[in-house]
Amino acid sequence: MSLGKDQSLQDPPAIPAEFGSGPLQRRNAAITEPAWVRWLLIAIALGFLSLFLLLPLAAVFTEALRDGWGTYLTALAEPDAYSALKLTLLAAAIAVPLNLVFGVAAAWCITKFEFRGKQLLISLIDLPFSVSPVVAGLVYVQIFGAHGWAGPWFAEHDIKVIFAVPGIALATIFVTFPFIARELIPLMQEQGTDDEQAALTLGASGFKTFWRVTLPNIKWGLLYGVLLCNARAFGEFGAVSVVSGHIRGQTNTLPLHIEILYNEYAFAAAFAVASLLAGLALLTLLLKSILEWRYADQLAASRRH
Amino acid sequence: MDITIKNVRKTFADFPALAGVDLHIESGELIALLGPSGSGKTTLLRALAGLEPIDAGQILFGATDATNLSVQERKVGFVFQHYALFKHMTVADNIAFGLSVRDGKTRPTTAEQKRRAIELLELVQLKGLEKRYPSQLSGGQKQRVALARALAIEPRVLLLDEPFGALDAKVRKDLRRWLRELHEKTGVTTVFVTHDQEEALELADRVVVMSKGRIEQVGTTAEVYEKPATPFVFDFLGSVNLLAGDVQQGKLKLNGLSLPTDTKLSGPVDVYVRPHDLRLVEPTSDGLDAQINFVQRTGPLVKAVAKLAYDDSKVDIELGHLDPMALSLKPGTQVRLLPVSFGLFARMPHAAVQTLPDVVPNAVPEQRGDRARG
Repeated sequence: MSLGKDQSLQDPPAIPAEFGSGPLQRRNAAITEPAWVRWLLIAIALGFLSLFLLLPLAAVFTEALRDGWGTYLTALAEPDAYSALKLTLLAAAIAVPLNLVFGVAAAWCITKFEFRGKQLLISLIDLPFSVSPVVAGLVYVQIFGAHGWAGPWFAEHDIKVIFAVPGIALATIFVTFPFIARELIPLMQEQGTDDEQAALTLGASGFKTFWRVTLPNIKWGLLYGVLLCNARAFGEFGAVSVVSGHIRGQTNTLPLHIEILYNEYAFAAAFAVASLLAGLALLTLLLKSILEWRYADQLAASRRH
Repeated sequence: MDITIKNVRKTFADFPALAGVDLHIESGELIALLGPSGSGKTTLLRALAGLEPIDAGQILFGATDATNLSVQERKVGFVFQHYALFKHMTVADNIAFGLSVRDGKTRPTTAEQKRRAIELLELVQLKGLEKRYPSQLSGGQKQRVALARALAIEPRVLLLDEPFGALDAKVRKDLRRWLRELHEKTGVTTVFVTHDQEEALELADRVVVMSKGRIEQVGTTAEVYEKPATPFVFDFLGSVNLLAGDVQQGKLKLNGLSLPTDTKLSGPVDVYVRPHDLRLVEPTSDGLDAQINFVQRTGPLVKAVAKLAYDDSKVDIELGHLDPMALSLKPGTQVRLLPVSFGLFARMPHAAVQTLPDVVPNAVPEQRGDRARG
């Protein structure tokens, strides 16, 4: 091995041919940085990860359990917390399926057809990413609120939008709209329209083409988009905060409930509920990893051409 | 099923992809649409399939007007350059797809679908691969599965868009022969698009040469190669020398040389001569004096570049390697050349400017790539 190392040092042009098949030792000398540079880079990366990702996560659970399991469980069992959890799940259950349909439709339309104003539509889809959620919330209040444009009409028909579930759902839909579409557009752009055209020439209707060709082609991207969308729907604060009205036990979602508890100096309770939210997020990630592991073969096959 | 195309037009933005195309394709024919990129050949093929709506004109399948039929109603088999196999389905499911999407009563049972798929796999000589996924197949195998899938719906017409374009040279050659045999077995009217003149000439019954959205010439492979109707066809199909000549009283004058013709042209003309039609003759007979610049022997052919004495222009020559003249050829040799066969076209101002390569011709057997870009 030492011979190989010497060779590669003396004879640089030979290195590319050896690349990949040669012993590890030889490759290292030729293409990597000195040990101290490597360790420094690894240390910086790990330090950053710990400080900004792991530490907060650990802090949430530590703080939640600071006063012991008893306090922790009491905080979670509280009716207001339970109601907030229910509302959070409900908002996500409304927003995610709707965005699933909107996202797939938008991605389908943008990637499989040519039309005027396509770029504008793509930019529009990104709007929720660029606009502050608070602004979005305010817009909904302006439209549906008691003194808003459509508010009086809804009031006449006894439909509550703002400070009620519909408003929270609307705000969540707005904020999580881009996740699925953004995940699918590059994927579907890369896949092109050949498969669909092939299906059409074979006699498949538009619906069958979508169901049997397009959907299987995008299912992994779609799943990933749904998980991201879901995680964001659970955690949304700004827009929901504006439209919810913070009515305890009625219009508080988990993030709002946490804020209230925190403002009331109920730190342990705040962190306990926060740990619940973090737990939901971890569950989502776990689900994704399990699916990726379970269907690794299919995933690899669908990425290859 | 015979196909009639009447004055079909299609414009993309400002670019006329099809500028009035008329063509009749006989039932059972194997026909090639040949042309450089941007010639409209693929657009025409996609228009036949219904994948590209046309602006004007008519497409008839037999006696039925198919112009406004949907893609599904046309029942054409379409094979894509990049296969377009469904990645998440097995080979058998891919082939049976066209049967499985039929409605209610017309849909064969699952067992029947499977039987058909296996039958077609045998036809395309891929028996035993029915459980594989497309990612586990080679390029050539994928394209044969795509063909089997297209044949499964018993198409009225089979349309192939550069079917071998993505394959390497050896596989391409094998598949070409194989497709010819398959066509003889099935007898389905087949139209394929290619930019490869060799492929078109080797595979097709008739060749449609296209350029700039128009048909330049339609004919059997022998016709288009030996009697090109336009300078474009002359240039696109095989290599050619361009000389400047004059027609006077039905005779072609080339620097004192006078050759009999049956042309109706008169005055200045462009003379197109293929390299193998420029014969070496004895110094005592009539001909054009030239000096050999460069000689290359490639397999059965000897290719040479000669400089004509009268205007210093360079011409390509080709001889068989057994030709007695070929043995003595080397740079500097004085020769006398006689065009034994040529095409005459009224002088085009731009054509006269065109000159042959200055130093070395593209004498490698692969001349195709260069031509294709033309």
